[in-house]
Parts: sequence; C-alpha cells; structure tokens
Amino acid sequence: MTDHDTNIMLEVRDIRRDYELPGGLFKPKKIIHAVKGVSFALERGKTLAIVGESGCGKSTLARMLTFIDEPTGGDLIIDGKKTDTRPGHLTKEMRQKVQIVFQNPYGSLNPRQKIGDVLGEPLLINTDMSSAERRDRANEMLVKVGLGPEHFNRYPHMFSGGQRQRIAIARALMLNPKLLVLDEPVSALDLSVQAQVLNLLADLQDEFGLTYVFISHDLSVVRYIADEVMVMYFGEAVEHGTREEVFSDPKHEYTRTLFAATPRADLESIRRRVAGKKATSAA
Amino acid sequence: MALLQIDNLTVEFETSSGWFRAVDGVSVSVNSGEVLAIVGESGSGKSVAMLAVMGLLPWTAKITADRMLFEGRDIQNISPGERRKLIGKDIAMIFQEPVASLNPCFTVGFQIEEVLRIHLGLDKQARRARAIELFNQVGLPNPEERLNHFPHQMSGGQCQRVMIAIAIACNPKLLIADEPTTALDVTIQKQILDLLMALQARNGMGLIMITHDMGVVAETADRVIVQYKGRKMEEADVLTLFENPKSNYTKALLAALPENATGDRLTTVSDFFDGTPEPAETRV
Repeated sequence: MTDHDTNIMLEVRDIRRDYELPGGLFKPKKIIHAVKGVSFALERGKTLAIVGESGCGKSTLARMLTFIDEPTGGDLIIDGKKTDTRPGHLTKEMRQKVQIVFQNPYGSLNPRQKIGDVLGEPLLINTDMSSAERRDRANEMLVKVGLGPEHFNRYPHMFSGGQRQRIAIARALMLNPKLLVLDEPVSALDLSVQAQVLNLLADLQDEFGLTYVFISHDLSVVRYIADEVMVMYFGEAVEHGTREEVFSDPKHEYTRTLFAATPRADLESIRRRVAGKKATSAA
Repeated sequence: MALLQIDNLTVEFETSSGWFRAVDGVSVSVNSGEVLAIVGESGSGKSVAMLAVMGLLPWTAKITADRMLFEGRDIQNISPGERRKLIGKDIAMIFQEPVASLNPCFTVGFQIEEVLRIHLGLDKQARRARAIELFNQVGLPNPEERLNHFPHQMSGGQCQRVMIAIAIACNPKLLIADEPTTALDVTIQKQILDLLMALQARNGMGLIMITHDMGVVAETADRVIVQYKGRKMEEADVLTLFENPKSNYTKALLAALPENATGDRLTTVSDFFDGTPEPAETRV
C-alpha cells in the first residue's frame, strides 16, 4: 500500500442497494434501485457532505456505511480493510470504527433509558469494561459534549432538542469511532441551537481526528461544514468535488436547480425582491 | 383599517408549577395584501399566538387581549357558531405537516368539497368544478383523477398543495401559514413559496408566514416580527431588519446563519447576551 492509500479512511466502490417490493396475485414483483452504484473515497479527518432531496438514496447510503443495511453489490473499504457486510461476518472492531447520529433526537433515544445507560450500553455490548469504568467514561463524554455529570441519571424527556442531539453524538463517540455518519443531525434544531451543535461537531473532529459523512439537504450548512460535496439524485451521485468546485461551478443540471431553490438571505437579494414587488404593485 | 388587529395578546397555560406564559403581550397587525413574517425558535409562542386567533387552542389556555379585531369585528368574545362561519372562510390556515393535517380516511376531493359545501353551499357539480379549478391553480397535474386520491397516495409537496387549495377555496381575506415548507425539500419549498406568493399577489390576501427560517423570511416578507420566549423582540420592514437589526436577539439570529460565518466558528446566541435579550422599539 502506498502512503496515499493509508490516508483514505473510507472507500466505496460501485455500491448498490435494491429493495424488493413483493408482488400480489396479479401484480409482478417490483425492484426499487435505491442506490445505483456510488463510488467515492474520503480522506482521514475530512468531511464529506451528501446532498439530495428526500428519496434520492442518501439515507440508504448512510445505512449501508453503518452496516444497518447490507449492500446488494459493490465494495465497502473502511480504514484500508474490505468489509464483509454479510450478516454474522461483522466483527466488533468493525462496528466500533463506524457510528451514526440520526436526524431526530426525539426518536433516536429510548424514553425509558437514563442518559447514563444510553451512553454505557455501547461499552457494555462491545467491551469488557466494568460498570465503574463505563460510568467514568460516560461522565467524561458528557462533559466533552457540553453537558455535565449531573445529567447522568436523567431521562431523555428532561432535555431540549439540542441537548438530546448532544447526547446522541456522545453515544456515537463512546466507542472511539474513526468514522461518524451524521444523518441530517441539525435539521430538527432551531437556528441558534444548530450553530452550537455545528461548533461542537467541529471541535470534536479536531479533538478526535474524526472523519465525517454529513448528510443534509441544507446547502448553507453544507457550505459551512464540508470539505467535499457529493450531490445525489435518484440513487446516483450526479456531482462530486471539493466544496469550492461544487459551489462555484456546479456541473450538473440538478445541482444548479438545487442552488437556485435555496432561499437567499443577503441584502442584495432582498432589495431586489422588494423593489420588484413595488414595481408590480405600482403598475 | 388593518385586516387583523391584535393588541397586547397574552396566552397562558396552567402547569404543575403555576401559570406558564407562552405569549406575553404581543401586538400584531396585518393589512390586506401584506405579507407579515413571524420569526422565532420553537417555544417562542409564534404558533400559539396565531392558534389563539383561530380559536384552536384547548379550553385550558387562558387568552387575554386588549383587542382582537378582524375587519374591525371583535373575534375574542365571538360565539362558537359565529367563529365557525369565519374560520375556514375568511381566515384560513395551513399547517406544518401536510400529510398529518389531511384526513387519511377520505379522498382529497371529499375534503376540499366539504369546505365548499359548508361555507359556500355549492351544489355537487359546482363543487366538483371549483375543486378542479383550485387544483389547477395550485399546480396539481390531472386534477380530475387527483380528486379520487387518498393523502397516502401523494407526496408531501402534493399534500401541501392540496392543503393550500383547501385553504384558498373560499378566497380568504387572511391566510395564516404555519411553517408551510419546513417538512419539504428545498426544491419543493421553492415551488410552494412561489405558489403562495403568486396567490397572495393575485387575490390580495393578507398573509402571515410563521417560520424559523431566515431564508424564507428574506424571500417572502414585507414586514417581520421577531419573537423570543413569548415576547416581541423587534418589528421592522424586511430590509431594515436584515440591514440594521436593533435587538440583540435578532443580531444573534442573523449571525448564527451558516452563510454569515466568519472564520472557523459560528456565532451562537449566547455570544450576544446573557439571560434575556431586551426588545427593541418598533420600526415600520
């Protein structure tokens, strides 16, 4: 292996996922191609943003990267090792390397589990740590994500949306993963809280040298956080490049549509719109 | 005379630790043909204030206001029967979750014709013709066929179009849109916002946009009210607000936009003030 290869954290080659819809008596079986052969490579410590509308396969891709769904075809190479994603062939080490944070912090935490147990569970399943050690680790992690040890014995409903997303991030980091898949981590949060969580993610990336796959439909967030951007449309990657390339010179028709649809909050656009409206109402 | 005039509205809910004030002395007025945006984060009371206008709050809520006038008519102490005649006809509302706000048990045709039957008393043929016309207006393809569809057979954007069609069925004078595009993709959001703006301009409705998205505000509003923890922080026309925000909270909100990021870190609200921000004077 060359130096270049060892610096690649995640490589995906022609990965596919088909879902089969069962047929009925008169209805033939139908196959949905959710992801139709996507390839990319991501360097260590970088952030890849995947953008696209609902149903374009970006979440399916996230599920395959985190071994929740088995790819129908293609290779998944994580940290230089080809991963055998068949059920039963995944090792604990593989699972520890990749973790996921879901979109909705209200749905992704068990309402009957205390925060301390939420954070301790990955360690309980994947390591031989004693309960005292697990407790220490959980408390450390709570402080890292901006909460405190006093939150250890509380239940999820006692937290706000932003705090819950911090807990979800803390849970994902408990096993010291190298790759973190973030599936729309801030789209359920308010603007002011979104800024805090994005800052937290940036800090954690620096501290632990994490590689992020960041799934989002919000282009302003992507522009802020991403090193590389991939645009997906109907299961295919229609555009892939560095942030500067994609934002300054979008090649694909769909990317341009996406940019055109994003609301603009700069003064120039507002001025133009207000002037336009005055002109039409005067006419 | 303003179309809707609310002075000093307060809404309280009883909780185990006493009365919780969700809306605290907010005044709102909208004119015909005007687009007012109410911005704030969750819990700022922006939806609750408008639900109070619609009379959709549970009876446990305590609503007090100096004045609540629609076209100069008091809507605070109105009888339920009178209110039913007004709501859905002259004042209509669109909600955030289009799929959840349609009844899954009935076809969308039934749901839109129900409005036309109750408020306008149209006969069967006239209802159907008007429903098709409305579906055409909101840009739903194949309206004749569409009328027989159930909400689950449509996408989120299509359901929101149906909701808009139902809301504008009786040519309302005031339309309240509560986060109409939050659940939708950017490309669909653009289409829905364009549709709302076109309908508003053509029918000369008053439109209240409740949103937390500064981008949506920038694209649609004439005038903006910024709300935080139930209090009005600032009211100004859209350009003034973006150009020269007065209240600390508005400044913080604008700075937290990722496109306004300077350097590595985003500014957060807590960088601007500790505790409660102070409201600024109204500039319209």
